[in-house]
Amino acid sequence: MDERRLDGNATGGLLGEIFTFEATTAEGACDRCGTVAHVGEQMAYVSEIGTVVRCATCDNALIRIVQNPRGYFLDLRGISYLRFKSAP
Amino acid sequence: MVEIRRKLVWRIGEVVETRLETPRTKSLLVEVPGWEGHKAGQHVDVRLTAEDGYQAQRSYSIASAPEDGRLALVVERLEDGEVSPYLTDELRVGDKLELRGPIGGWFIWEANEGGPLLLVAGGSGIAPLVAMIRHRAAARSEVPTRLLYSSRSREDTIYAEDLDRLAEEDGALQIFHTLTRSQPPGWTGYSRRIDQEMLREVSWPSEERPRVFVCGPTPLVESVASTLVGLGHDAGRIKTERFGPTGG
Repeated sequence: MDERRLDGNATGGLLGEIFTFEATTAEGACDRCGTVAHVGEQMAYVSEIGTVVRCATCDNALIRIVQNPRGYFLDLRGISYLRFKSAP
Repeated sequence: MVEIRRKLVWRIGEVVETRLETPRTKSLLVEVPGWEGHKAGQHVDVRLTAEDGYQAQRSYSIASAPEDGRLALVVERLEDGEVSPYLTDELRVGDKLELRGPIGGWFIWEANEGGPLLLVAGGSGIAPLVAMIRHRAAARSEVPTRLLYSSRSREDTIYAEDLDRLAEEDGALQIFHTLTRSQPPGWTGYSRRIDQEMLREVSWPSEERPRVFVCGPTPLVESVASTLVGLGHDAGRIKTERFGPTGG
């Protein structure tokens, strides 16, 4: 399996399939350590199985995304909230 | 903080020019009808579909300035890659290319954000940093900027002549090369991997609070970022873009 550590920024395309805003500039609060950071500055691990965005401070799995023929499986348990601007 | 936009969709661009930048690297100039513009540092996803429906996609940073009409993508040919050999060897002017973007709102720089700027690149990691340098020139920004660029050899240095020309025309842009494997006769630049001493010599003092952008292979990016923090730079002003051990 080809697992790669990247920046959260690298998940922008995948997140763009799901969200209508540029999710890498949204701020997420880690549910474990409380650190608030932009999704783009977290760590991302991308493999054939799926993508995991981890907290750059404590390594907690913030966002897990698996895509298969049944659709997207989006697990957001690792973030207590995601903050992004409302539409003008 | 966040710009609401349309959902990201795949579009069809047309290759209008290809240039051999180094023996292993090509730049593709692509026109995308209806392209809404990008910011320096953003990337696109490129998707290839085989006749049997199999798809493979990769991310490529945009190397052109937002002010340019065409997108420039830098593609390094990886021997066992699924995508890059097609893009570098097979793709011709006039061919269509499926892509989506622009993507990414974190690793970006706009001229009105100011500086000073410290840009550090390894190999094809130069692409988004060249977009920043070109944007800076197009916007007539005078933000003091230093680029430290690590390549294997002079012939592997992507955009070498473009960068030299930009630096000659602009006293506020300084470019430092390091060539890690081989150096041409009379080489006066660095000739080793980026290390603490090199970063100390090249970087702005931490008191000047430079905005730092580092892009390249993951080990280089992580080493440079942690060394800069060790030299007193604010981690919050260091933005990184890891290409990972493979790029495909």
